[in-house]
Amino acid sequence: MDATSLSYLFVGLSFALYIGIAIWTRAGSTNEFYVAGGGVHPIANGMATAADWMSAASFMSMAGIIAFMGYDGTVYLMGWTGGYVLLALLLAPYLRKFGEFTVPDFFGSRYYSKSARTVAVVCLILISFTYVAGQMRGVGIVFSNFLGVDITTGVIVGMAVVFIYAVLGGMKGITYTQVAQYVVMIFAYLVPAIFISLLITDNPIPQLGLGDTVNDGSGQSVLDKLDTTLLGLGFGAYTEGTKDTIDVFAITMALMIGTAGLPHVIVRFFTVPNVSDARSSAGWALLFIALLYTTAPAVGAFSRLNFINTVHDQPYVYIDDWFKRWEDVGLIAWVDKNADGAVQYAPGVPFAGKPEFTGELTDEGARAITNPPSDTRNEVYVDRDIMVLANPEIAALPAWVIALVAAGALAAALSTAAGLLLVISTSISHDLLKKTLEWELTDKQELRYARIAAATAIVVAGYLGINPPGFVAEVVAFAFGLAAASLFPAILMGIFYQRMNREGAIAGMVIGLIFTVVYISWFKFIDPASNTAEHWWFGISPEGIGTVGALLNFGVACLVARFFPAPPESVRQLVERIRIPSGVERPHDHP
Amino acid sequence: MLDKSAYWRANLRLMAVLLAIWFTVSFGFGILLVEPLNAIRFGGFKLGFWIAQQGAIYLFVILIFVYAALMRRIDRQHGVADD
Repeated sequence: MDATSLSYLFVGLSFALYIGIAIWTRAGSTNEFYVAGGGVHPIANGMATAADWMSAASFMSMAGIIAFMGYDGTVYLMGWTGGYVLLALLLAPYLRKFGEFTVPDFFGSRYYSKSARTVAVVCLILISFTYVAGQMRGVGIVFSNFLGVDITTGVIVGMAVVFIYAVLGGMKGITYTQVAQYVVMIFAYLVPAIFISLLITDNPIPQLGLGDTVNDGSGQSVLDKLDTTLLGLGFGAYTEGTKDTIDVFAITMALMIGTAGLPHVIVRFFTVPNVSDARSSAGWALLFIALLYTTAPAVGAFSRLNFINTVHDQPYVYIDDWFKRWEDVGLIAWVDKNADGAVQYAPGVPFAGKPEFTGELTDEGARAITNPPSDTRNEVYVDRDIMVLANPEIAALPAWVIALVAAGALAAALSTAAGLLLVISTSISHDLLKKTLEWELTDKQELRYARIAAATAIVVAGYLGINPPGFVAEVVAFAFGLAAASLFPAILMGIFYQRMNREGAIAGMVIGLIFTVVYISWFKFIDPASNTAEHWWFGISPEGIGTVGALLNFGVACLVARFFPAPPESVRQLVERIRIPSGVERPHDHP
Repeated sequence: MLDKSAYWRANLRLMAVLLAIWFTVSFGFGILLVEPLNAIRFGGFKLGFWIAQQGAIYLFVILIFVYAALMRRIDRQHGVADD
């Protein structure tokens, strides 16, 4: 069978599995819909958290980004894993003991205020929608590249599948589906990584292969070989970064505290039976995540090396088919500046912007472009996102591996989308309708509204996936910046600083949020031309500004809190209660 | 009668130690001191680069499990365990 039929087979089988699980575990009460009944085993919850957390971007884009960033890719590797230490030590156990359904629940009770709850709901919905649009887009891209359907059809199929298991199963259905999706995803990531590690170093373990000797007889290790090759082509060394240290520091910190403040991650720790399970479950989650995150830098380095070896100074007519296939999709382009018929790879862009194809072919058979060439020697345009998807083809792996990658990428996108849609629907039915607007709802009615909200959110997310706002990539900085500057500090102080009152917390969140939104919007949307290091405050890029926003939040909150009365006695008791693990309750079904 | 403040102090002390390790290795070794550490070889790796892209992640996993295990013991000692 060819790769496309195999992709249909694998993707079809995995979808059937997810839907089967959803029917088997469908939710019967709000308790099951919101927090899976609070009885999920910590290892299962760890796997579900890992699948929830690792999005289409982690699966498809991250290794490619690292391949082209080298050491600077560290910000993503450490930033998206180190946050779990903060989550496990500072937030998860206490929020589990708190024992309610949602993150805004905590704000409402701890800060004895509907305004605090509402601010939390607004942050949560903003963060989650930005994120989910990217996932739906990812689903569309996989469908169009592997299954040959157009992006719109792909997104609609993805929506239908998420609809079935998120709306039916709620948190319970999603949790067990995510366990299956984690298994599919990690298998699909590791198999090609092992193949390509064997291909380049003869070492089957990618994490070790990264430090092993290249098997081309040069006797150099992979990273040394990359360093010398790149320096020879005029690039900087792979193992040394180009970003300023302060910016690397700020971005890593913003991603870490942003991770710890993301509502769809936090809420996963509401589903385990007790406090000590919440702690260990964070460890399991990170272990499962680390399996992919320690493989990614190896995949990045291997594929950069492989890319240079197969492309640089090769006559176009002899280059493998994968190059032409990605050219057809517009993610690779070649302009023969020195008219030697061979591809030269060098630093800098080959031409400004994305390729504009004329629709005609050059003498060599490449797709001709209209973009005026830049004055660099580089002749190749390559979209970073294709590295993971193209790897099996670049390494000439069997067709079933390619099909596996398609199923894995879909598992990554769908699992994250489902988790996000669930927190959106929960915050609408539970926090907005029931708690803020104080609608009188029975458990059955609340469950029905939760399902309606989930269905609506899926349609909105699908619309955003088909008509992306054109800046999906930029908006990711937003999600983390917002979570870092608004939710994380307020939750942390709610647990560790008993004197913190509602005035301080709300002032801190609002100031942190506004500062971060204005800073990111300024450099990303209002004046993108000035988005360079000399214009940034303290040399910190928009990606890292959440760190400053969080510090501002802490500072403003502590200052404002001094001028207002201490929180009431009942809140003092609440804080005492969440600090002690014993006496944990399962979240109760509201009558 | 359980002494809540003794329990809380023990928790904070453990947290402070683990977070200090977390910060030193990730931000200290992986970012601020990465260049001097890169002068040291670790198999086929430069040490600073290995910590930043591999070692720190392994350490994060270990820190969480150590915290979970030691806290379980502290919970029991103070009679506040949840199982």
